[in-house]
Order: sequence, then C-alpha cells, then structure tokens
Amino acid sequence: MRAIIALEDGTIFRGNSFGAEGETSGEVVFNTSMMGYQEILTDPSYKGQLVTMTYPLIGNYGVNRKDFESRKLFVEGFIVKEYSKTASNWRSEKTLDELLKKYNIIGIESIDTRALTRHIRLAGAMKAVISTKTVNTKSLIEKAKYSPGLVGRDLVKDVTSKKIYEYPPSPLPLPQGERTKERGFNVIVMDFGVKYNILKCLSKLGCKITVVPAKTSADEILSMRPDGILLSNGPGDPAGVPYAVETVRKLLHRLPMFGICLGQQILGLALGGKTYKLKFGHHGGNHPVKDLKTNKVEITVQNHGFCVDIDSLNKEDIEITHINLNDRTLEGLRHKKLPVFSVQFHPEASPGPHDSLHLFENFIGMIRKSSS
Amino acid sequence: MPRRTDIKKILVIGSGPIVIGQACEFDYSGTQACKVLKSEGFEVVLINSNPATIMTDPETADRTYIEPITPEIIEKIIERERPDCLLPTIGGQTALNVTTVLSDRGVLDKYGVELIGAKISAIKKAEDRKLFKEAMQRINMDLPVSGFAYDLKQSIEGVEKIGFPVIIRPSFTLGGAGSAVAYNIEEFRKMAQTALDSSMIGEILIEESIVGWKEYELEVMRDLNDNVVIICSIENFDPMGVHTGDSITVAPAQTLTDKEYQNMRDAAIKVIREIGVETGGSNIQFAINPENGRMVVIEMNPRVSRSSALASKATGFPIAKIAAKLAIGYSLDEIPNDITKKTPASFEPTIDYVVVKIPRFTFEKFPEANSALTTSMKSVGEVMSIGRTFKESLQKAIRGLEIKRHGLDREKIKDSLEEIKSKLTIPNCSRIFNIKYALQLGLTVDEVATLSKIDNWFIYQIKEIVDLENVLRKNRDKIKNSEFMKKLKQYGFSDSQIGQLANKTEKQIRALRIKSGVLPVYKSVDTCGAEFESYTPYYYSTYE
Repeated sequence: MRAIIALEDGTIFRGNSFGAEGETSGEVVFNTSMMGYQEILTDPSYKGQLVTMTYPLIGNYGVNRKDFESRKLFVEGFIVKEYSKTASNWRSEKTLDELLKKYNIIGIESIDTRALTRHIRLAGAMKAVISTKTVNTKSLIEKAKYSPGLVGRDLVKDVTSKKIYEYPPSPLPLPQGERTKERGFNVIVMDFGVKYNILKCLSKLGCKITVVPAKTSADEILSMRPDGILLSNGPGDPAGVPYAVETVRKLLHRLPMFGICLGQQILGLALGGKTYKLKFGHHGGNHPVKDLKTNKVEITVQNHGFCVDIDSLNKEDIEITHINLNDRTLEGLRHKKLPVFSVQFHPEASPGPHDSLHLFENFIGMIRKSSS
Repeated sequence: MPRRTDIKKILVIGSGPIVIGQACEFDYSGTQACKVLKSEGFEVVLINSNPATIMTDPETADRTYIEPITPEIIEKIIERERPDCLLPTIGGQTALNVTTVLSDRGVLDKYGVELIGAKISAIKKAEDRKLFKEAMQRINMDLPVSGFAYDLKQSIEGVEKIGFPVIIRPSFTLGGAGSAVAYNIEEFRKMAQTALDSSMIGEILIEESIVGWKEYELEVMRDLNDNVVIICSIENFDPMGVHTGDSITVAPAQTLTDKEYQNMRDAAIKVIREIGVETGGSNIQFAINPENGRMVVIEMNPRVSRSSALASKATGFPIAKIAAKLAIGYSLDEIPNDITKKTPASFEPTIDYVVVKIPRFTFEKFPEANSALTTSMKSVGEVMSIGRTFKESLQKAIRGLEIKRHGLDREKIKDSLEEIKSKLTIPNCSRIFNIKYALQLGLTVDEVATLSKIDNWFIYQIKEIVDLENVLRKNRDKIKNSEFMKKLKQYGFSDSQIGQLANKTEKQIRALRIKSGVLPVYKSVDTCGAEFESYTPYYYSTYE
C-alpha cells in the first residue's frame, strides 16, 4: 500500500506502508544508529516523534522479547529506506512488521531517508504527517502544520508509570558470594519515561529500586526514605513539565541525585538554568563526549531535542563536567557543593556503546559518601 | 596531547612485492602515512623493495631505499640514517615480521630506535598464537578449544583430544599461508607437516573447527590517551572456513542485534588494550555460533590491514592517515575529521549505505591450484561497491569484477540440481552464482542456507532478486511501468540485464528508462549519515 509523508514546510515524500495503516503525526527526527531499532522503537523518549533511520536496511534481525526498553512502542511513526521482510538472528521471535502491527505503529519504507535527513539538517526538525489514508497532500500538509509538536508540551504524562512499582518486581536472589557486604541502596527513579536498561544498570549494582510516577510530590518521595534519586530520561520539552522541576528543586538539598537526558534538563531548570531547542537534536550512538576532568573521550548514545544552555548556569555553584565534541553543547554538569550530577547522554546505552556505564557506579559512590 | 617534538627522523617499512594476501592496499596506506609524517615536519626514510609503487615516488619520502626488505639491509639503513623511530604498522605483515627480527637481534636497541604505533611486546602478543591465547584467557575471552604443537607427534596427540574437523594454523606466516581445515587423520598428517614447515618458528595451533559459524571483523583505533573507537564492522557473507580475503564481505554488520554488536565492541576494546597496541588501527576477527550466539575471538592484526583499506573506503575515515598522526603523539580528539571539518576524528563513523566487497580470482592463470576456497587466501584482488540496498551493492560489485557478467545474470543452467547442491556446500569462487541457480530451480531459502551455511538473510536478498526477475519474465510489458523500472534499478539490475530479461537491447532499455524519468541520484560518503555537512567530493550513484 502507498503511504505519504507530508512535512509542515510542504515537502512530500512518497513510499510504501508497512506495519500498521492509518494516519499519524509528530516531529520528524533522524537517528544515526546502524543497529538497535527495537530499543529505539520502545524508548519512551520518542513519544511525539516520527523516527527516520539513516541506516537504510532495517528489520534484518527481527525483534525479541528481551530487547524492549519499556512496556510498549512509543514512537509515533517509523521511516526507513528498506524494511526487511525476513528476520535472521538466533534471538529473533517476530518480524519488525509484526511488531509494528501489534502495537499499531505506522511504518513507511522506500523513502529516500538520506534526502529527508539532509532536509532536516538544513531546515531543522519539523512537524509532519504520515498517512496511508489519502493522497491529498494539501490536506496532509495542513494537518502537519496544526499538529501539536513538541515545544512546551507535557509528553511525560503519556509515558510515565501510572503507579509506583519496584524493580526488579521480585527481588532476584543474588548468586552466592556476590552479595555485597553493605546493604543495597534504596534508589527512587522518577519516571519521566525511563528505559529498562537504566533500572537494570542500577539493579546490577545491588540497588533496591522504586519507580515513581512523574507527578509524585517531593514529600511523598522523602517519606519513602530513599538513599538517592535518579531523574530519568523522557520525551519532549523540559519546559512542559514545570511540576517535575518544582519537585526536583525541593529535593535538591535533601538527597544525592543523578539526572539522565531529560533528567539533566529538569535538573538544569531546577538549578536556575535555561533550556533551548536544538536545530535537529542529537539522536544516535556515535557522539563523542569529552570528560573535562580526565580529558578522555567517550562514544555516547544520545537522544534529545532540547539542551541546557551552558551560559545560563551559575558557575559558582555548578561545574561543567562534559561537553559534546561535535557542537560543544553541554553534556554533563555537577553541583560543586551538593551531591548532584547529571549527563545529557545515555550511560545506559541500549542501543549503543557502553563507554559510560561507569557513571552508575559514580552515582552509587556518591550515595555511599553522603550516607556515611 | 600535541605532536611529539622529541623525534625528528622516522623510518617507514613498506610491504614490498605484490603477492597474494598483500597487494596494493599497503601502498595506499603507506603513502598516506608518509605524506602525514612529512607534512608534520618529520624527516621520512622509506624502505620498499617494490619500485612500481606510489610510495616509492621520489616526493613521498625524504629518502627512499629500494632494497630488499630484510633485517640485514634494514640494519645497514638504520646504521647510516640513524632514525629516531621506526613505524612498522603500515607495511603489512612483511614489515611486522622484519621488525620482530630486528628487535630480536637487538638492532633496535643498539641504535636506539624507538618503535611507534605498536611496541614489540604488542606485536608478539598479537602475532604469536600462544601468547595471543594466553592474553585472551587473561581477559576472559571465549576462544575455540585449541592446543599448540611443535612436531607431528604432538600434533596428532592434540587432534585426538579436540576431534575432527580441526583447523591447523602455523604461527608467523603471511596471508594465512599454510593454514587449513582437516577432516580426517590422513589429511591432517599432510597438512600439519606443511604448516610446521611454513611457520617461521616451527609452531602450529590445532583448533576446534568453527567452520560454518558467522564471521565478523571490527576495525578499531586507539590513541595514547587510551581513547578507543570502532571505525567499521564487517560481516562475512561466507561463513567461517573461508579466508576473509576470499570471502564476500559486507559493511556494516547486517544480522546482529545491538546487544550482540555491543558485546563484540566491548570485546574488541578489551582485546586492543590487553594486546597493548598503543596507537593506530587494529583489525579484530570474531566468530558467532548462529545456533546460540556464542562469540569467540579468532585473531587480531596489530597493524593497518587489508580490511583497514576496505574500511577506510567504506566509511570515509582515513585509517592509515589517522594511524600515522596517532603514532606521532596526537590524540583522536585533536585530529579533525577531513570530511566534515568541524567534527573530530574521535567518533564512530555511521554509514547510510551498504558496502559489498567481492574478491577477484584468476584460477585460469593457476591451473594447478584447487579452486575450492579454504583458510589460505587465493584471490588476487577485490572490488568494492556502494549502494542503498544489499541487492544493489551485490549486483554492482559483480559487474565490477570484469568477469563478463552484468550482475547476477539470468543464465542457462548447465548443471543438474544435485551438482548445484554439492557446489553450494564447498565454498568456491562461483558459489554466489550457484546460490542463484539453486533458487531459480526452486530450492527454498532455508535449503540453500542449510547447504551453504550462509545466513538466511543474505540468501533471502538473492531470492528477492530472482523473484523480481521472474515477475519481469512473466510480463515483459512491466518495464513500461516507471515504478517497476525504478524497483529493478534499486535492486541493482543494469540496463543490459533488464534488456536480457525483457528481450530488448541495452540501448532500448536505457532510452525507455530515461523517458520514464528513472535516473540515478548521487549520494556522498560522509562518515556521518548526512548529520553534518561534508566537504569531500566522494560519491556513489543509486536510485531513489
């Protein structure tokens, strides 16, 4: 079946439908990871976005139950050059097409994804509609223009957990001899759209994790007597979630805190900084980030359209710890007096390189230091 | 870290004559490296016995010695030139081997020549199979079960423990020479003796056969700050058992999930650190059991290799050039990416196309040679193609081989199905065509994959080519449909192939295609999937 992408600036791409049929809208972004489409599709941070894969062949290794990064698919639509009708990998359980159909996500293939990517690079990320229902491009362009977009919008409420839960659901018995001498720390994860691998990384370090909905109040969080707080990744504009900024501000002086991606932006706002929208964002698994303390470069996973403005931060209290070597944007910060730090990239990877996994250990080290 | 100022004169060893396993790619990498060193203000002394190279052009180095690449001659050059450093990692296996001898004889110590790129301990750890095995065990890498032997008796004892089939690998050789797969004791005796003879130190490794497993390579770069990046992943179309130089290979890897790929990436980083290659590129090979995902490390080249040349062209990342810069002290983040200019070399290229390499054989020139492909390299060259689908790249590459084919042509099949089946099981230079014949004759994708042990995904791609051919053969008027014509071109069919199928001439098809507006577009190779502007005019054609 034919399908069309109509961009709000009037640009049209024609292709074929795969996955679900129908009509969908969102902001078009491109992701440069060559592998990991299943993790991308299930990453809640993609709520509100139509994801274009720059690698042309997608679906080759199928999908499986273990590579989900959340409970379902959150992208609004999926754009590829050629989707693979066959899936070949020993872990494969289903094809990509079956997965998209099951979760009612519209896919479009036979798109010149490089031309689309170039267009976004030059003109900036923009709103668009994918449709299998009509060939009336004029009406689709109008629909794209009037679709809600990302700016100022609260997308977190659509992806955050509805209720408090513990992870792992039932405590995993640690193999004998591996149990750490000290008790595992109680970590509360504020769920702005958390990826499972963040929970897995903390769990591997012996943490007892409680995931709370984004609107949980500071008092309620404190009443659970956690040892530390992780501010998770999540979709959209940090300006759309003032309630989260307020909660974080109240918790700042009370608990060790680690922010990831949207978590860093919310923290940045709570610390009095400003955020802004990047032209086309960072979405991929090959971004070089420099740790300013060690001067070492890590290849990081990124997925964000907004960023904390380096100049807006009060340098008396806040130290810049990481910068992006491609465009010199802020990648990490640390409070000089409080046990609080954050990064703009995804140390939990999935998909992408594992260079920054050690940051979870830093977080645990920070909790240990402040709890002793 | 800035460029080193404590050194002035650098000796570079080229790769010498063109032989199977070591061809002009080392001229390319060596020339790149010399240019970098010269432009950085170093005095470059070059030795290469092959005057028919670009590298030996007078302007490449400050002084060029066209002399045999032997330890004796190099010692004389060192005595006369007194270089501060020796760069051994861009002249292929020849340069590494001769460097090892120079070090063992104490020549480097005697004249105070420092090795840059890779130290002698790293070279030995990577090249000596025993040291390599021990190093891998230290970092808990899974390896095929194996044992060393120094004579025939020990070899036979070893194979009795491991069981057939086994791979016999001699230590310190060129282009995998002498290594072979043995299926029974008669074969084994002969092969083990040959291998013992061809090893420079009379040592062989007898190894659990992982023939039929999936084979991968990663190109890795490291700098003095211990930053490590992966330049390119390569998946072999032909499974384990065929020398990588004789395999059809594809970049990037096609059938790995991110979990498996990252596991491999982590392993590669651990390997380069443990072996201790301080700066520059290395090539690390892995095998994966397609049944359960077990991954083993096979080997590592602590130098610019044949695959580095492919990875450079496939990604736009100039491995040899960057390796030379790293050797003289720069770190990856200090070197700009030539293509984007604004971003640093400390990143991992992402590509938005598919690269296929096909080796070129000339068995007609070697009538004595057995044309079955094994772990010893037999091809004399290779072609590389770029396309937006695997099907397009594959057909382009076949066209590029100059073997009078226009792609995966529709041909009259001369062999019986049984003959074709047997040709699928034994790797050979025409297996790619036999896969197509088998599919044409109605074998299923699974059947072909089982016989050839080639991944289903690749066979399925060829099946899609066959299917599209069949659509056209049934209804030749379809070529008038521009959408269908576009699809043919996206599948990599040339005008002459389409003509053959539609009973028209190449010219007629070309005219028809142009009339229906199906024209190629040109896309650039930019290391970054169009994320940044690129400044290097390096393009390929495709159809969108």
